Amino acid sequence: MTSQTTDNAVIEVTNLTKRYRDTLAVDEVSFTIERDTIYGLLGRNGAGKTTIMSILTAQNFATSGQVRVFGEDPYENAHVLGRMCFVRESQKYPDDATPRHALRMASLFFPHWDQQLADRLIGDFQLPMKKTIKKLSRGQLSAVGVIIGLASRAEVTFFDEPYLGLDAVARQIFYDRLLQDYAEHPRTIILSSHLIDEVANLLERVIVIDRGRILMDESTDAVRDRAVNIVGDSAAVDAFVDGREVIHRESLGRVSSVTVLGALTAAERASLADAGLDVAPVSLQQLIVRTTQHAASDNDEGALR
Amino acid sequence: MVEEGRPLFVQIAESVEDSIVDGSLAEEAQAPSTNELAAFYRINPATAAKGIAMLTDKGVLYKRRGIGMFVSTGARDLLLTERRTAFADRYLDPLLAEARMLGLSPDDLIRLLAERAAATTPPEGASS
Repeated sequence: MTSQTTDNAVIEVTNLTKRYRDTLAVDEVSFTIERDTIYGLLGRNGAGKTTIMSILTAQNFATSGQVRVFGEDPYENAHVLGRMCFVRESQKYPDDATPRHALRMASLFFPHWDQQLADRLIGDFQLPMKKTIKKLSRGQLSAVGVIIGLASRAEVTFFDEPYLGLDAVARQIFYDRLLQDYAEHPRTIILSSHLIDEVANLLERVIVIDRGRILMDESTDAVRDRAVNIVGDSAAVDAFVDGREVIHRESLGRVSSVTVLGALTAAERASLADAGLDVAPVSLQQLIVRTTQHAASDNDEGALR
Repeated sequence: MVEEGRPLFVQIAESVEDSIVDGSLAEEAQAPSTNELAAFYRINPATAAKGIAMLTDKGVLYKRRGIGMFVSTGARDLLLTERRTAFADRYLDPLLAEARMLGLSPDDLIRLLAERAAATTPPEGASS
């Protein structure tokens, strides 16, 4: 594989900022995307995910900061752009285009295009090839994007909420085919999704964006260890979590469930058991929702002060 | 099949260990590959690779260059010893805790255990 960079990074972003008039969509963001890794780019609507992906694929301009893809500037750089595929949530196609046209164009653009894989996916998703794209259902439109994203076998592929309108069965087909093809042809995948629990096990690393900033950039395993729920008698729970960073709290009668940051030591687990408290896992989705809400409430307090 | 809470790669390693302990994966037989595990459990292949690496470090699996991973001779005994050690922590402590809450004494438990065991004795020929 040819590469300008010496290390394992395919994308390097430094102090990237994007401002739309009064809105700061991306705020001094820095991160690195490593080769042959599946990333989750997670966050709420309007967090800045699509903006970042658009800038990385040279479909939008940065206000300031630096973006390097395969060690080069992606703008008007055919050498770089042919190695990336961006599947947009709302990809526009010419009015009279059919899926056949769209796939044909993609096959010409992407040097590693695999027509056999595309044909198999067309069958999997039962995509009507001769209807105009305008007349396709939302799910069928998403299938066109998913097929292009997988069959292009680009070195870096972005999927931005690729599943809109796809039912549970079709989404499972997407995840299965993605894993299968990734195993045979390792490459970098950046998957932006709201359905965090559904994709959690596919991801090697997660980057969480909130209001234009990076809240988390870690391996999925490390994120899973980041927080636990402590459940039990409210007084005992409060005593235990005192002095720890609490990101969520809910109570039912005298029982509380409190999410605290930080992994527990064996001694702490033992003392929890002695106090009759349970330790429950926090799913990736819960953790991200709670961390995001926690960051929001911190910010609001700051604004009110 | 995959539960929250414990690291995924540990669960993957345990699933392979289960097959070795119950005999469905024999010693010196070829273990499932990283990609097979990834596809079966629908997880990232890097996670599956981490589980396999854990088993290699432990001496449960070993690599035959260019062919794949195989179950080491003695792996089953190794795992059985490990699991017997962990048995009390994993099963007896929660059992005792629940029993205490229900007001069952250790003697009550022993009686219950004997009754249950008698009622659920596996049929002839079934493995432990």
